[in-house]
Amino acid sequence: MIDTVTNPKTDPRRAAATEPRTIAVAMSGGVDSSTVAAMLQAEGHTLVGLTMQLWNQRRLAGREGMPEEVQGRCCSVDDVYDARRVAERLGIPYYLVNHQERFERDVVKPFVAEYLAGRTPIPCSLCNNHLKFDQLLLTARQIGAELIATGHYARNEYDEASGRWLLKRPADASKDQTYFLFGLTQEQLAHTLFPLGGYTKPEVREQARAFDLGIATKPDSQEICFIPGGDYKRFIDAYLDEQGETMPDSSGELVTTAGTVAGHHEGIHQFTVGQRKGLGVASPSPLYVLSIDPESHRVTIGSEDELLTRTLTARQLNWISVADLTAPMRVRVKVRHRHEPAPATIEKTGPDEVTATFDEPVRAVTPGQAAVFYQEDVVVGGGWIVADS
Amino acid sequence: MHRVYMDANATTPLAPEVFAVMRLWFTEQFGNASSIHFHGQRARAAVERARDQVARLLGCRPAEVVFTSGGTEGDNLALTGVLTPGDHLITSSIEHHAVLHTAERLQERGIDVTFLPIDGSGAVDPGDVRRALRPNTQLISVMMANNEIGTLQPVAQIGVIAREADVYFHTDAVQAVGKVPIDVKAIDCDLLTVSGHKFHGPQGTGALYIRRGTHPVPLIFGGPQERQRRAGTENLPGIVGLGQAAEMAQAFVAGGGPARLAALRDRLEQGILNRVAESGVYGAASPRVPNTTNLWFDHLEGEALVIALDLKGLAVSGGSACMSGATEPSHVLTAMGVLPERARASLRFSLDTAATDADVDFAIDLVPAAIAHLRELSPTYNRATKQEPAASGIAQ
Repeated sequence: MIDTVTNPKTDPRRAAATEPRTIAVAMSGGVDSSTVAAMLQAEGHTLVGLTMQLWNQRRLAGREGMPEEVQGRCCSVDDVYDARRVAERLGIPYYLVNHQERFERDVVKPFVAEYLAGRTPIPCSLCNNHLKFDQLLLTARQIGAELIATGHYARNEYDEASGRWLLKRPADASKDQTYFLFGLTQEQLAHTLFPLGGYTKPEVREQARAFDLGIATKPDSQEICFIPGGDYKRFIDAYLDEQGETMPDSSGELVTTAGTVAGHHEGIHQFTVGQRKGLGVASPSPLYVLSIDPESHRVTIGSEDELLTRTLTARQLNWISVADLTAPMRVRVKVRHRHEPAPATIEKTGPDEVTATFDEPVRAVTPGQAAVFYQEDVVVGGGWIVADS
Repeated sequence: MHRVYMDANATTPLAPEVFAVMRLWFTEQFGNASSIHFHGQRARAAVERARDQVARLLGCRPAEVVFTSGGTEGDNLALTGVLTPGDHLITSSIEHHAVLHTAERLQERGIDVTFLPIDGSGAVDPGDVRRALRPNTQLISVMMANNEIGTLQPVAQIGVIAREADVYFHTDAVQAVGKVPIDVKAIDCDLLTVSGHKFHGPQGTGALYIRRGTHPVPLIFGGPQERQRRAGTENLPGIVGLGQAAEMAQAFVAGGGPARLAALRDRLEQGILNRVAESGVYGAASPRVPNTTNLWFDHLEGEALVIALDLKGLAVSGGSACMSGATEPSHVLTAMGVLPERARASLRFSLDTAATDADVDFAIDLVPAAIAHLRELSPTYNRATKQEPAASGIAQ
């Protein structure tokens, strides 16, 4: 993307407190984004509600292993209905914008490919990078909005000292979504509002109730939006079936760290590092997936102790609080969404590669997941974890 | 905000004169047209008066008019009513979904269907119709005017082919009523679909012309209303409204209305094309209804343009209203051989009978500026314009 980072002096957000802006709100029909719309409206901004149509939940319904009646969270008729109703209540224009093609290309296909390659992908980060903060931001600017606002729990602010836009952890640590946002560019951060960053989820529900939006008691979404029920294995089967592709045969051996063959498996996409269930191997002590070799289809299993590692390598990096990593840096590293960031030192080991060395070993570092680097509540940057070579 | 409506092919505002006659039947008057008593007789008279009005519009006998709930019902009744498994249907690939999806459903039930291809002209070739005929062909269904690009189809020529081959001919005239003269005898069709809300009548109303001697199997069974062709108590306010709208549509067409609309449409079309590089109009080589123009603009997304214009007060459409929010580019443009990128960057303007010069000026001011803004933000436009000179003109 062309680097047109906003000058802080003319940054639209500097004036936000005093002057109403035209803002596009990404509305999912849920509590968080609905509350964002109501809050910004109360502040006097001109709003446009947008919902991205990303996936057709009926598409794979009834295929091999998939339920006939699909009740997914993403882009369901019900959610669009809810978003539209909230927009009506607030009296703001609302549009459904179609990005299904881009979503399939940049999120669904890579998601399937990653699993087939023995990695464990994070579609939400891909969606943020390619859809929400790229395509949606473009649409927003095309239709005359200066900024987009989302219901993410995160904070962003301009740092005069460094001249950079910062991404920071939110007030509600239990809802922190910065892990999924590490790929945001300076350009994207400069044009985004996260109005919920200063609130806890109960406070947001309280606001939704106060605004009388009719969705205050709606449950949170938990799963991957395009995989209703969360069974990604069945989704991959059904998707490949629809594409007229056959599942590549990736069956192989389950081996111990000592090299003993402990059993066979039906395909590497059924495993993720740290997985305990479904190994089909009898053992007196619990066994875990330690690593997956996409070449030999060998899945290595072992004890919980053997899951611990002291280093990780990450590539496809994005830096936020710094322009680049020029010297080793003390940070905390988060290796999956529900992981308390662990103290480590990061240093460059290639033009687009960082190695993190942890003070204490961490459990189940998984290729395909993100490694996100923090200093206090500031996101330094992050990258995608690759298998140790 | 000043708002200008240019999406008449989606729906039109109810004419005040139409509302005036409907209003009576919501308030002072009522009755079931099948009842024997005074109230029933009064209702019956109103229904038959409306039937006369529609019959005059179409040039048919009143008994050949069946009131329906709208264009979709009329198309469904026409197709499902005369086709049984083993029959062959010839239709075009640019029909409205009310015909296309019904045809696909019939295909699943054992009816052979030929979807005629179309070229860049946007009109069906009558020769294709003739060549598609088979011994088991039972029905030809080709629309009179296309809803997305406005091209008039050669229905009179197709009528001759149908008569010679002794097969039924249905035409969906939903987008033709109130824009061009309609004469079922000149078209020589057996079935013709009308929808009230496309010519300032009420939504939820329509009519199907059924030539005497043609007996489609009803879609809806029940009482003996509409000569046993469509059961259910008559929608009195809707039917009298449809009748009034039909009379006004006929007067509009006879009184030179289409020529005035065509002049406005042409000025709109040229006004925008002259101010926007890399643009063009679909179907201009074919005769078109006077109110419709569908333009393409390279290097932008139609969806964003429709939203941007709406936020500035101009209501237009990226295709047919029924398809808004769909993934697939327009089936009409795709059938014409338009590439998906261009099909997605297309805009339909359709004027209603109340359109003014000021409306056209508003659009000519707004649209080029909105396109310039979108292209400024478009990565593909910035790449392309550095490599090749801009071109403008009429194509497709």
